[in-house]
Amino acid sequence: MDSDIPNSVIVRRLTKRYGSITALNNVSFRIGKGEVVGFLGPNGAGKSTTMKILSGLMPATSGSAEICGVSVASMPDEARKHIGFMPENNPLPEDLRVKEYLKFRAKIKDVPGAEIKRRVDEAMEICELKRKAAYSIIGNLSKGFRQRVGIADAILSRPEVVIMDEPTIGLDPHQILAIRKLINSLRGKMSVIISSHILPEIELVCDRVIIINQGAIVASGSPDSLRKDFIPYSKYKVSLKAGRADFEKIALYLGRGIEIESGVPESDGYFTYILRAPENSGLGATIVGELSKDARLALREVSEQKPSLEEIFMVATRRSWEESRTSKKPDREEDEI
Amino acid sequence: MCISPSTYIAAFLFLCFMGLMYLISLYDISLTPSQQSPTEKFLSVFWVPVLFMVPLLTMRSLAEERRMGTLATLMTTPVTAWQIVFSKFLASYFFYSLLWVSTLLFPVVTQMYLPSVSADARLFDVHQMFSGYVFIFVSGAMYVAIGIFSSSLTRTTLVAGMLSFGMLFMSIVGAGLLASLPVTEGSGMEWILRPADYIQTFRHLEDFSSALFDTRPFFLYFSTAILLLALTTLVTEAKSA
Repeated sequence: MDSDIPNSVIVRRLTKRYGSITALNNVSFRIGKGEVVGFLGPNGAGKSTTMKILSGLMPATSGSAEICGVSVASMPDEARKHIGFMPENNPLPEDLRVKEYLKFRAKIKDVPGAEIKRRVDEAMEICELKRKAAYSIIGNLSKGFRQRVGIADAILSRPEVVIMDEPTIGLDPHQILAIRKLINSLRGKMSVIISSHILPEIELVCDRVIIINQGAIVASGSPDSLRKDFIPYSKYKVSLKAGRADFEKIALYLGRGIEIESGVPESDGYFTYILRAPENSGLGATIVGELSKDARLALREVSEQKPSLEEIFMVATRRSWEESRTSKKPDREEDEI
Repeated sequence: MCISPSTYIAAFLFLCFMGLMYLISLYDISLTPSQQSPTEKFLSVFWVPVLFMVPLLTMRSLAEERRMGTLATLMTTPVTAWQIVFSKFLASYFFYSLLWVSTLLFPVVTQMYLPSVSADARLFDVHQMFSGYVFIFVSGAMYVAIGIFSSSLTRTTLVAGMLSFGMLFMSIVGAGLLASLPVTEGSGMEWILRPADYIQTFRHLEDFSSALFDTRPFFLYFSTAILLLALTTLVTEAKSA
């Protein structure tokens, strides 16, 4: 995150305990103004707990959370004025019409009376509800439109911080695309925190990713910086006319610790190999240069395979599990003694 | 609340029942000479519709919001739990009062369709009508608060309704039962008689019907209503996440 950007959200050493279970353990992070941040983690990692604490639904056991400089714990009503929250499953009243519901929400969110109509129209316009669903009963809406109503509600009072828990869950690809477009349109205007299990979605939409596991942050940064930190190798896809045995010799010749991870013969006589290099990137030109020297190889393709956010997520969470297991080990040994 | 079917079912059942009660009151008075006005007679069974109408009106108010998760979205806005609870109470209390006010039309309907009865001054006994309805509105504040409190305790509307019915029954009938306990002197239980007498609903109704305005029932019903709403606020705050 750029340190020059003022922070909309500051979380310091946030801890939440339910009896003997620690749901959050000393979690600290900052979110800059206008930044879109993805919150990732396996089920039960503490994502929803963090979001509930930030939105003032639940008190923390210790630590502090500030929204636009306002403490959520000591001034919850004031902090809520700066938040638009869309909870998981997006609960909405089934019997109301979209416009009625948004008007009601605008009123309780302290939107000035003269502004209500304009803000409701604006939110419906952004979420593409105005022409298709403004007067529809919410209970009759499709999942995609319901999600849009939830997002329209979250941005209605033009809050500085919008928190969305699983905004794309259960949506079809068209709807996901629409929601992605919508979130992109909020970039720079509002700080957006999104929790999702759909990792490619997060990668496409978010400026920064925070991975949380077992109640602690295990990784934080842009997808590219996380790739460098967690995946200390690079992969290249190579397509050429050379059998496995021949290509193993070529790979050895290429040097730099390049290994063949997998190889698949194609129907047109070509072979597609995945190469793994112990360096982060920058070997693409070298590989192309070396392989194109031999015309018999008929090199067709060399492309760098960027590790997906899914791979980063798996590595980061696995690492945190391994670390917690090692840190617990001495206790067990002591117990045994 | 105004778009919920249970509200209209409650209103319909209430008006049917009270219409029938009013008709029976008229019939009774026409058979046996009595000083009672039809309004006084039919208000004496106020507790029967209250036992059914208040749970139907209030059972969804918070239980349904919690079950649907909409309470959490409400709690993320700048409104406080007290504001939410008090608005729910006001909405239910307004509708409760509206239903009772609509029973004021019964004497008018009687006058229109039974001209022979209209000559009787007791049909529009303003003093008794005023005092009787004041009791209904004052005690109603507590009954509606009981319903709202019950609704905050559970996510299931049916359970909320049953809880509300049980608590209403205890508050209306329980005090009378306590007061009629065969407590003998020296049994150590004499202390119970005075508070039991103080909280007897039917005693209050009697006093109000004879235009006797005592401040104690006002204090009892309003303070209990405020206490219950305060407890509901605490429960709502604790269970909203």
